[in-house]
Amino acid sequence: MPQNNYEYFLLMPQIIIAVGIVLSVLIEITTKKSEQILPWFSIAMFFGTAFYSVFNINQNFVLFSGMIEVGGKPAIFNFIFNIGAALVVLSSIDYLKKYGTYYGEYYILIQSSVLGMMVMSGAKDILMIFMGLELMSICFYVLAGINRKKLSANEASMKYFLLGAFATGFIVYGIALLYGATGTTSIQNLVENFVTYSSNIIFVLGFVFFLIGFSFKIAAVPFHMWVPDVYQGSATTVTSLMSTTGKAAAFSVLIIVLTAVFTFNAPNVFRPYFATISALSMLFGSIVAISQTNLKRMLAYSSISHAGYMAIGLAAGNMFSVAGIIFYLAAYAFMNIGAFTIISIVEGEDDSRTDFDSFSGLNDKSPVLAATMALFMFALAGIPPLAGFFGKYYVFIAAIQSKLTWLAILGVLSSVISVYFYIRVVVVMYFREASEDFKINISPYSLIAVVIAAFFILVFGILPDTLMNVILSALP
Amino acid sequence: MNLELILFILLASVAAVSSIVMITRKNAVISAVFLVLNFFALAGLYLLLNAQFIAVVQVIVYTGAIMVLFLFVLMLLNTESEHKLFVDKRAIKFFAILISAFVFVQLAYLIFFGKPSRTLTPDEVASVNAGTIQTIGQQLYTNYIIPFEVAGFLLLAATIGALVLAKKKFE
Repeated sequence: MPQNNYEYFLLMPQIIIAVGIVLSVLIEITTKKSEQILPWFSIAMFFGTAFYSVFNINQNFVLFSGMIEVGGKPAIFNFIFNIGAALVVLSSIDYLKKYGTYYGEYYILIQSSVLGMMVMSGAKDILMIFMGLELMSICFYVLAGINRKKLSANEASMKYFLLGAFATGFIVYGIALLYGATGTTSIQNLVENFVTYSSNIIFVLGFVFFLIGFSFKIAAVPFHMWVPDVYQGSATTVTSLMSTTGKAAAFSVLIIVLTAVFTFNAPNVFRPYFATISALSMLFGSIVAISQTNLKRMLAYSSISHAGYMAIGLAAGNMFSVAGIIFYLAAYAFMNIGAFTIISIVEGEDDSRTDFDSFSGLNDKSPVLAATMALFMFALAGIPPLAGFFGKYYVFIAAIQSKLTWLAILGVLSSVISVYFYIRVVVVMYFREASEDFKINISPYSLIAVVIAAFFILVFGILPDTLMNVILSALP
Repeated sequence: MNLELILFILLASVAAVSSIVMITRKNAVISAVFLVLNFFALAGLYLLLNAQFIAVVQVIVYTGAIMVLFLFVLMLLNTESEHKLFVDKRAIKFFAILISAFVFVQLAYLIFFGKPSRTLTPDEVASVNAGTIQTIGQQLYTNYIIPFEVAGFLLLAATIGALVLAKKKFE
């Protein structure tokens, strides 16, 4: 129950999206041209919410009797989710015609998944985490299989659904044990009594189940089996949404439940767990990506290894590592959405032209696409002065501060391996003759999305303090 | 004879008859439908005992979700293979009889050796009150209003998703 009507006003970002979903459904019902109206409606909504969140970052309150937090950390996450979703919608406008799913429902599902993410990132109660997670995941299951005629999409949707349901089972079981051990679902209570609970075996067991479930969602080894097939089989724009904002939402939850460790220096009893999954993810993702010939599959393995880098921050468990993870997530969102958008521009009908061969000689066909793709690849590889470098840098520094130097060294080693397959894309685009003869129809909307993503990567890379200061000011 | 007793006799006899009919039918689908009827009668009995939440959950979860799922599986399954599973295996029959005997002994103990007239402790009264519709509704619309609204959007998204994936014809 809100204490006063001002609480509704503070909850504006969530309310905008929620009202937007209902209006979108009405637009879908009443007009025949919903697929032309809804993308612009969604983009306006997403940009509005993103900027509203950022401008009200200082209004940090917990609302509705300890259910949801606004301002501060959730505001930054809201910015990442909404800008990411806006770019994905922008790149979908022409892609959907090519992909054969020119429906309005696609946009409603994206809006709903963003609402789920926003609920997750602001959650102050485990019930809220679960509700938000399910809202996001169900939209993703459907979006993965949005084209019913494609076998690859059906396979992706089915695999994602079954393994996602399995992960949800783990999370619910973990929540049940946590509730049994603490007698409440409030995260406030969890944070305050974290040290006392840490010696309770039922609590630790429940927490580990919870973490395993979320390790599925962030795509960390050994819970990564679904990632390559799902990322390759889904529509390219959907993959870019799942791999960036979805991962950011899962990380926001992990940061929320481990607040005691980050903010109040409680002993990080789960450090061995995070160190293990992060080391395995980094090395596995980087090594397996080398042998891939499909670009979407390669980026899927690269997504696994990036989850590993971010998990270093969770293992380090200090205030600086949280800032590092959030910076990394923001940078990763723009790098990956940019790269996937370029793939979606080059991609032909029936999932064709996503191999390395199709990108050979791209510079001759379209210098702009080749240059921006090279930028995204350098950023993903972590080459300064691009945003990807500073993401890794902050996380590694945090690891060294927490005396996890071996993990930081493994991270640097894995980055060196990953340079090979990222640079290979650049080499293929610039120094190889075109092996396939086709003409690229560059959609102006997708190109705008690419340019915006590239702009953010350059800004965050050359002036990392702009973002870092905002993040540090938002953390308590 | 007051209304409560009349209702009890009515619901109890429906429950008893429907469960006997259920186990004697040859066709598994008809058995399942009688099980649904049995669940409804049980829900009515719970209501008479002022256990409103359990009554609602009985209808929503057992009748609404689990039994409907069960019916779908039965209709899709081959009846022959199901026949083989239950009739030709003596071990299954043996365990079924064992479990029902166990439940029967438990219930008989409760009915003949329980102390129904004992006064309730304050804790028990609190737990009974927590199960009333009034308390649950109050919690849902005050402390848990946000998760409740999010659940609404979850259902909306699931409906749209099901439509997108299963609609017969997309122009």
